[in-house]
Amino acid sequence: MKPARPAPPKKRDWSWRSQALRSVIYQVVALALIFGAGYYLLGNTLENMRLRGIKSGFDFILQPAGFSIGESVIPFDSAESYGKAFAVGLSNTLRVALLGIVLATLLGTVIGIGRLSRNFLLRTLCGAYVEFFRNVPLLLQLFIWYFILTETLPPIEEALRPLPGMFFSKNGLQFPIPVWAAGHAFTLAGLGFGVLACWMWLRQARAHFESTGKNRPVLVPSVLILLGLGVLGWIAGGSPAGLDIPEKSELNVVGGGSVTPEYMTVLVGLSIYTAAYIAEIVRGGIQAVPFGQHEASAALGLSRGMEVRLVLLPQALRVIIPPVTSQYLNLTKNSSLAVAVGYPELVSISTTSLNQTGRAIECIALIMACYLTLSLLTSWFMNAYNRRSLLKER
Amino acid sequence: MKLSKLSTLAAATAAAATLFTAPAHAGKTIDAIKARGQVVCGVNPSLPGFSAADSQGNWTGLDVDVCKAVAATLLGDASKVKWTPLNASQRFAALQSGEIDVLSRNTTWTLTRDASLGLNFTGTTYYDGQGFMVTKKSKITSAKQLKGATVCVQSGTTTEKNLADYSKAMKLNMKPVVFETQEATNKAYFTGRCQVYTTDASGLASVRNKEATNPDDHLILPELISKEPLGPSVRRGDDEWFAIVKWVVFALLEAEEYGITQANVDQMKSSTDPVVQRILGTSEDTGKLLGLDKEWAYRAIKAVGNYGEMFERNVGPKSALKLPRGANNLWNKGGLMYAPPVR
Repeated sequence: MKPARPAPPKKRDWSWRSQALRSVIYQVVALALIFGAGYYLLGNTLENMRLRGIKSGFDFILQPAGFSIGESVIPFDSAESYGKAFAVGLSNTLRVALLGIVLATLLGTVIGIGRLSRNFLLRTLCGAYVEFFRNVPLLLQLFIWYFILTETLPPIEEALRPLPGMFFSKNGLQFPIPVWAAGHAFTLAGLGFGVLACWMWLRQARAHFESTGKNRPVLVPSVLILLGLGVLGWIAGGSPAGLDIPEKSELNVVGGGSVTPEYMTVLVGLSIYTAAYIAEIVRGGIQAVPFGQHEASAALGLSRGMEVRLVLLPQALRVIIPPVTSQYLNLTKNSSLAVAVGYPELVSISTTSLNQTGRAIECIALIMACYLTLSLLTSWFMNAYNRRSLLKER
Repeated sequence: MKLSKLSTLAAATAAAATLFTAPAHAGKTIDAIKARGQVVCGVNPSLPGFSAADSQGNWTGLDVDVCKAVAATLLGDASKVKWTPLNASQRFAALQSGEIDVLSRNTTWTLTRDASLGLNFTGTTYYDGQGFMVTKKSKITSAKQLKGATVCVQSGTTTEKNLADYSKAMKLNMKPVVFETQEATNKAYFTGRCQVYTTDASGLASVRNKEATNPDDHLILPELISKEPLGPSVRRGDDEWFAIVKWVVFALLEAEEYGITQANVDQMKSSTDPVVQRILGTSEDTGKLLGLDKEWAYRAIKAVGNYGEMFERNVGPKSALKLPRGANNLWNKGGLMYAPPVR
């Protein structure tokens, strides 16, 4: 056998015919164009703003904002800075987005599974839900919810009292909240132990199942353990029972926790709208599992519920997670529509800041940075979860 | 519904406009207006008395008349105006980006706006103050009773800051609910979401008159919590245009002071009063100094009448708004309106 001829030494060819050279040139030209355009735009902007006497810069962030914000998780005073106001706006966005994601996922999953039900009525109702809420523009839905809430609820003077200490009116929902006392630390510790104990119970149950094939109840004992330990902790802490109960003042209700109609509108609107999309994704994901899996679980004698829980959903998740991530991102970004119903989220606060300071480019850059950070965090988290649920090749 | 996203869009457009447009040159605005044959005027879409359009698309109001007077002066025809309705948070972006030539939209003159937004206020056409409106049913008669009240406000206004200041100073802890558009703010107040509506007192009168099913059910509280000098503004960097808008308003004030009205302006041309002669261009040519012709002020007065007539027709005691002349009277009749002499 002839020995293989060694490959000829690579010759660097710097002629125009060289593909390597051309690809380098293309890249250099592309980079130069991008930077050139950026430089031109930036220079032109600054020159225009200087000529028209428009002040620029981020120094306003530390200036006192001077306006107050109707509702926030973090207390805010008008003497605090624009930076703090932005933080309050961001926290209001997160308050809607996080809870909205949880609600939309729960509702969407139920509806998605419902669309595959053998029950005609359930299937049709779920189908109608999806088609209706997916096809009506979100902004319109928000207006409708807001209209329903503000138009039908009674004024504060005649507030509904569903439970003692609760007020439900055009001013929103006011409810009692526990006053923080040192004893509550024991309650929290009790709950912490409860979580730990639940986890151990689950492990035990699984080990029991794997060795004997018999199921132990899981849900009811876990809840009991959690609640029991929480209550024990609370008693150990001297059972602090201080409640901040809302009370009627002359024009409003003061004290207690409070949820405004704006917040309810945005939360309900976003959750219901996004749930319609998630339902379709869940349905698609389940249908993507081969029919043979259904037959196999039937052959094993699994009930329909066990089949969905143990066979279909785990496999469907692989298909579901990436598009659902996009829906989570959409929900977060759609929360910017809340400005239309007067909910003080990020865009609303920055519109106000923009109008008070006139720093349009800076405020828009801040909004963009905030949403980009939120979106990147969400997709990073969801991608990590996606990797976990991938098919493990052993 | 499209309005809600518009302000963000407008701000983005402003940003984009400063990104792409070539640097401005002085005098450019007048050339552009003459070439186009129209003055582009930014106005409030729905503030009857100041600016509002009827079903035929005819605009009327005090702010509207300023633009008509400018168009009459520059183009010889008060109808040569293109109206651009803007909400509060869009207005400055529209002016900065060159979308409009003049902003005449009940806009308060403040230091921040004058010094940092790239615009110049040309004067005050209405001296106003911020007030509160409540329902008569609530039995509130003074702003000091508004403790803990929910207040509807439109975003992008000086109102938001005044409200926070007043609430803090009087320890009222009022809760603002901020809406993007005037329509949304009106709606929230009239459905009862807020117990209080706050904006400039003239704006309250206008909203009450136009939107309330029964205007008598609503009460504008006596306290005015701020100074709100409202006036037109133009883009910076074009002094010729700035001077014309400024002096048209001054000429309308001078006309009232010297008794020149829409009706008698033609007879007044033969007046022997040297001041009247100067205003109407029958003796000295004041227009030349502004880059206009002799009859510049004559055309403005002929088109909309003097300032007093504008006030009477749009917002005064005989109009639907029934606002008293008060601080907006001439300086020699106990008001604040004072124009530098046309000479």
